[in-house]
Amino acid sequence: MKGSDTKEYPAVWLQAAGCTGCSVSVLNATNPAIENLLIDEVLPGKHINLRFHPTIMAGSGAPVIEVMEATSRHEKGGYILIVEGAIPTAKNGIHGVVGERNGKPVTMLSRVEELAKDALVIIALGTCAAFGGIPAAHPNPTQCAGMTDILQTRGINIPIVNIPGCPPHPTWFVGTVASILLSGLPKPGDLDEYGRPKAFYGQLIHENCPRRAYYDEAKFAKKFTDGGCLYELGCKGPVTYSDCPLRLWNNGVNWCIGNGSPCIGCTEPGFPDEVSPFYEKTTAVLPEIPKGDSG
Amino acid sequence: MAKIIIDPVTRIEGHLKIEAVVEGKEVKEAKSSGTLFRGIELILRDRDPRDAQRITQRICGVCPTSHSMAAALSLDSAFEVDDKIPDNGRIIRNLILGAAHVADHILHFYHLAALDYVDVARIAEYEGDIPALSSIRNFIKRGKLEPFVPRYEGDYRLSHKVNEQATAHYVQAFDMRRKGQEMLSIFGGKMPHNVGIIPGGVTSIPTVDKITSFLWRLKEIQNFVDNVYIPDVLAIAQAYPDYFGVGSGCRNLLSYGAYELDGKEPDLIKRKRLFKSGTTSASLNFTKLKPQRVAEEVKHSWYADSISQRHPSQGDVILDEKKDGAYSWIKSPRYEGKVHEAGPLARLMVTYASGKPEVRSLVDSSLAELKLGTDNMFSVLGRHLARALETKLIADCMANWLLELKPNEPAYTSYELPQEAMGMGLTEAARGALGHWINIKEGKIANYQVITPTSWNASPRDDREQLGPIEQAITGTKIKDEANPFEIVRIVRSFDPCLACAVHLISPKGNDLGAYRIY
Repeated sequence: MKGSDTKEYPAVWLQAAGCTGCSVSVLNATNPAIENLLIDEVLPGKHINLRFHPTIMAGSGAPVIEVMEATSRHEKGGYILIVEGAIPTAKNGIHGVVGERNGKPVTMLSRVEELAKDALVIIALGTCAAFGGIPAAHPNPTQCAGMTDILQTRGINIPIVNIPGCPPHPTWFVGTVASILLSGLPKPGDLDEYGRPKAFYGQLIHENCPRRAYYDEAKFAKKFTDGGCLYELGCKGPVTYSDCPLRLWNNGVNWCIGNGSPCIGCTEPGFPDEVSPFYEKTTAVLPEIPKGDSG
Repeated sequence: MAKIIIDPVTRIEGHLKIEAVVEGKEVKEAKSSGTLFRGIELILRDRDPRDAQRITQRICGVCPTSHSMAAALSLDSAFEVDDKIPDNGRIIRNLILGAAHVADHILHFYHLAALDYVDVARIAEYEGDIPALSSIRNFIKRGKLEPFVPRYEGDYRLSHKVNEQATAHYVQAFDMRRKGQEMLSIFGGKMPHNVGIIPGGVTSIPTVDKITSFLWRLKEIQNFVDNVYIPDVLAIAQAYPDYFGVGSGCRNLLSYGAYELDGKEPDLIKRKRLFKSGTTSASLNFTKLKPQRVAEEVKHSWYADSISQRHPSQGDVILDEKKDGAYSWIKSPRYEGKVHEAGPLARLMVTYASGKPEVRSLVDSSLAELKLGTDNMFSVLGRHLARALETKLIADCMANWLLELKPNEPAYTSYELPQEAMGMGLTEAARGALGHWINIKEGKIANYQVITPTSWNASPRDDREQLGPIEQAITGTKIKDEANPFEIVRIVRSFDPCLACAVHLISPKGNDLGAYRIY
């Protein structure tokens, strides 16, 4: 293998106000697995050069911060910025910092502003990074915001793809990255109104749910471990867009509804406030299911 | 005098900064502070109590399962079903929690800790044909070495052969921890953030195909633990024997206990569990736990002094961002006013001190093989050894519990939602003692408090100026090379800190720096 033949795609993975669950989910990726993503050419002749990932990288402290900062200095317009977690904005972002500069802590807010403006593309990974998610839930103590809000309020015009989910499925992330490597940035029409790839978020859970027949016949589970549709136990499948019922989780082992648990709508912009109480029947108007041409 | 500042400390969960003042090659002063505050406890207020069980998992994506368990236990007690969980529900909860612990410990040893001991860069010279090592050699030849460099340079001591094996196991362990999460999902629905554990039991009834599928994944993991993980810990121990004497810390250990062996006893302290609740110290005398003696202190945390020394059931979150002398927004949990370490070492040695035969033989035989005494357990390598040994203990127990399941029989019991109630859930996260306390009023969450293991371990000085366990473990440590402070990161990582769990906030005033800085 000759070094010069491989195209390197620099990537910086910033963790902000989150729980590392998105990273752990990506560790669960299969075909390619995480070891392939880190070490191997993920597609022939293409390697993701993951320069900064707090949970994985060997180094600590100022040297790794220097790697992060050097990437935005030297690779302008050439690196993938992956953001995990929401961005605290209250009091100029003091509720979250990543490293220091000249002896002063640098807020996550400053980091994403600096990294976003020179990125090739931004992947907002997980519902927190995409829409604010859990830390932005009422009363939003640290005024957390998702990346689209951050970019808009600061006039940063860099392409962004939202990969929501709490956590997101690893394939939604890997598939999005592979798509960028293979065919370039998403084209108009590839993403839905919330910036989600239609390839993964194009249909309601409800459209593909194996318990759908029970819904249509009004056979509803009354308590956990009952058979039937979970609608009356609070299932948000009828208002949630994702391919979970087809893709399944953890290498195809299971998924929420398959395990007898109602969908909690974790890929939606209103998660968690607008889809909770999780175990109460949804009061939202159910979206109409398109006929025929949706698949 | 030099001040070593490590910010961020990586290969842990979350955002942590460590400051150490070094004089004459020895750490004279250490401070541990977190750098992210989300206020999850504030977000929980006024919500449906059942939602706490889903939202608290989002405190931490590495150990969500333990939060789901602690929340379910606290809601079981609030909903008055803590003596009615069907055996299937109790056992499946244990299996979900056990799968999480096993996967987590493999992740911790190989992916979070091992790069402090294993020299991946030496695989550049690899000439064999093991695919994982060939891949790494090719990766190194391409010349873009992140995320494996930059790193601390110098103190890598493994022989060529052991280093190669350990690197191959680093790659294999990715597969093993992933299989652990797949195993968890059989009953948990998905990972991270399982959906299986709920108040009243679990969401799905065991079936024979699920039991078999779990069993055979477990067998593969048991094989890895027995033949790879534990031998690798022992191999590291042989190359770095001095680390059985480094980072001893406070030597007071606290365990809440975990893995329910009895579904009918509502009192968590009386309930029969695999790991005992209690405390112990270097003398290894066992003392029963009295949960009412836990309190959180905030003198050096950015919270109002008015909430200091409260029991968590009365706890609160009132920020005081300008408080003098505060340097962390982790509170300082203390037991009977004393500093305690939580974690695998604590629960293993508390259970050891209680006299449980299988734990005593497991620990004693390993120490005999290493020609060490129980005192050496209070150390960096002692923590790694405890983690590996309890992985074996839990995995072996799971194989038995699995066969106690009764296919197609109930796994859940219904409850009425109370208007007013209180609940307490005490269990063990991979990283140590985890407690949830709920207070329900008018059918909603009036107050919810969480004390996580990393709050115990990474806590700052308390009201009596006692240092937290990690601070104590670093203080007094000899540093060979201030530019590559392996000793500090090895100590910190031996605690497996989880900062998203330890709710906290940064200092808005910046940092008061010493004479000069070395990273």
